[in-house]
Amino acid sequence: MTWSGLSETCRRGTRVMNKLASAADLAALRARLMAERQPGCKTVKVCTGSACRSADALEVAQALSRELAQAELPVAVEHTGCQGLCQLGPLVTVQPEGTFYGHVVPFDAPKIVDLAVKRGQFVSHLACPHPETGRPVRSADDLPFYSSQTRLVLRYCGMIDPMRIEDYIEVGGYEALARVLQEMSPKDVIAGVKRSGLRGRGGAGFPTGQKWEGARKAKGGRKFVICNADEGDPGAFMDRALLEGDPHAVLEGMIICAYAVGNCREGFVYVREEYPLAVQTVGTAIEQARAMGLLGENILGSGLDFDIEVRRGAGAFICGESTALMFSIEGKRGMPRVTPPRSVESGLWGCPTCLNNVETFANIPLIINRGADWYVTYGTSGSKGTKVFALSGKVRYTGLIEVSMGISTRQVVFDIGGGIEGGKRFKAAQIGGPGGGCVPEEHLDLPIDFESLDAIGSAMGSGALVVVDETVCMVDFARYFLQFTQQESCGQCPPCRIGTYQMLRILERIVEGKGNEGDLERLEDLGRLISETSLCGLGKVAPRPVLSTLRFFRSEYMSHIFKKHCPAGSCSALKRLVIGPDCSQCGLCVEVCPQHAVIEKQDGFTIDQVICVNCAACVTACPMECILEDTGEGEPNERNSADHPDH
Amino acid sequence: MGSERHTSVDEHTRSILVPHIGRQGAFVDALHDVQQAFGYLPEQALRVLADELKLPLSQVWGVASFYDQFYSVPRGRNIVRVCTGTACQVRGSQAVLQRLESVMDLKNGETSADRAFTLETVNCVGCCGLAPVVVINKKVVPNRDVERVIGDLPKGNEGDE
Repeated sequence: MTWSGLSETCRRGTRVMNKLASAADLAALRARLMAERQPGCKTVKVCTGSACRSADALEVAQALSRELAQAELPVAVEHTGCQGLCQLGPLVTVQPEGTFYGHVVPFDAPKIVDLAVKRGQFVSHLACPHPETGRPVRSADDLPFYSSQTRLVLRYCGMIDPMRIEDYIEVGGYEALARVLQEMSPKDVIAGVKRSGLRGRGGAGFPTGQKWEGARKAKGGRKFVICNADEGDPGAFMDRALLEGDPHAVLEGMIICAYAVGNCREGFVYVREEYPLAVQTVGTAIEQARAMGLLGENILGSGLDFDIEVRRGAGAFICGESTALMFSIEGKRGMPRVTPPRSVESGLWGCPTCLNNVETFANIPLIINRGADWYVTYGTSGSKGTKVFALSGKVRYTGLIEVSMGISTRQVVFDIGGGIEGGKRFKAAQIGGPGGGCVPEEHLDLPIDFESLDAIGSAMGSGALVVVDETVCMVDFARYFLQFTQQESCGQCPPCRIGTYQMLRILERIVEGKGNEGDLERLEDLGRLISETSLCGLGKVAPRPVLSTLRFFRSEYMSHIFKKHCPAGSCSALKRLVIGPDCSQCGLCVEVCPQHAVIEKQDGFTIDQVICVNCAACVTACPMECILEDTGEGEPNERNSADHPDH
Repeated sequence: MGSERHTSVDEHTRSILVPHIGRQGAFVDALHDVQQAFGYLPEQALRVLADELKLPLSQVWGVASFYDQFYSVPRGRNIVRVCTGTACQVRGSQAVLQRLESVMDLKNGETSADRAFTLETVNCVGCCGLAPVVVINKKVVPNRDVERVIGDLPKGNEGDE
């Protein structure tokens, strides 16, 4: 890439790629890196995470580098991973002042260089406005989006250059590993992780320490550590952001895990093919760690041998299920198997395998460095620490966030997310993707942790948090999730293969206005059956979005079935085109209607709802803009002909 | 002739497979590399692959057909993928898909006759902050820029239009 060459010229120090032979070498390198960074050293940090990149962050970085070179300023442009506030990307931070700019375009580069970098000023007209006062915000911490968060796992994500292992080492990276190798026995490590109360961040929330202990106790001369980065949940991008922003924290967690499990020389990171940047970043990180002697043989002179390989997925959601993922690494069809035996006893190639999620591994260095006692001060009694969420949907500020477990949904949506965009009304927060459920308005103060979400039929899942407003139809929303799981079902067991198909057919009928009495009971019966009898996690949780919306938004379902009316006004099959009162009787709509559905009556034109196919040709043609979408229950004379045309 | 074409596919596939032979569980990676070289998985390449990796062809096909990202038919030179992840769905990805279907005169999953374009959907590319998005040849493009980016693409057979 061209930019790395550009920024290299103005960077402090040279690249260090000597092998570190001991923990003392690592400490010495860190001391040297810190000494080389001059106090008050100016840097411009540009977020080049996937979202900012698609908003032309690389072009912004190039323009900044060019301007800096022209101004002959010895200032580095650092490319960081996701800084979080994707909505306002590309994001640029000027250090050491910490001034923060959003929606930066290459055209802004001269101003940033001249005013912010050269003179250390705050360029207020490029800054982000405060969500309440509208005043330009000086630093990121002044935005409620950041100040309401607890960024522990994401502490370096967006701060360091993920393509440079030196940056990670400078902030104390791999120190946890050095401490583990020098001072701790594998049993100490496992005890520490157990005491921290860390639970798997991939969805199921299995206690991590217990899993590691199981893998350690399992008999086998060859064991594996796998990092599950097959983040397939639509609406989730936490793992991608972590791998793109702080890949070494994940690798460090994996190496510590390998040490704790024992007899483990090989590890895999299984990444989705749809995340090319994450594949590239983690690949580079592995190469650099290997070059430094942090992966490979005799890591830091401790005698530990461990290496990591990246494996790409191929577009199968089911491969996020641990047993399916292992089959996929083996080069087979990714179909889950019956457990037990659990993976920690018999996993990849029949060997004991310890599989954790990206975020789980990223928590490990933190727990080792700061101690389990510190870690348990965050979170609730059953759910310790923090959770990273991908906040998206109809909130004003979307992006990558990290909050302490136990924070309320209200705080996430209204403080961090800045409320609903466009002044619309909040309807629900869907947590946990296709295997999760929704948190409706009446539960806005519910703490977000494993137990509370479970109690209302939702789920932590991997951490997708999609906010929907009053314009989203919950029936169609549930149909969308079920369509996803139905498509992604591997087809192995009948409850999932046939059951989700049947549920989907019922939901499709309902959103088309063809629902019948008894459909809701059938959905509930099927949902329970599928949950109880499916082979793997995917099937077990597939009915959740439907059951959850049925629980909290039953009246919407009833309205679709009995009134043929979509309260959110979004189901197109239930929309009607009607002619409004401003009609000038020009007759253009009659001419353009391919269905001949516009009929002239004594009191003007009407649209025959039985013939109309909602093509909207008349809407485009009408010069008076008086052909309206009727989504309400009113005006029954306009609607009665359409109700049940086929009954 | 056909046999000549086979020979070149055979040789090309064999050269791609060299680093994968003897590597445990390299099969899915090998499929990725073959697909990268040909743009899809030609039947002949799968036969060579089965031969080289000493696997039954049925098993090779079983795996190749299991994963959504492996294609058994040639695809367009430019791939336009509408993200249908939750965040994009909530912010109107269906309308984006419908619009592109009519602008490009293709249905979801189809490739144009001149093989300039393939239109398809993808389950979440993790750019939910910019939703709705479209991925055009690996570049994630926000909805407002889609037509401009497509317009700038080299179509290859310009005269065919």
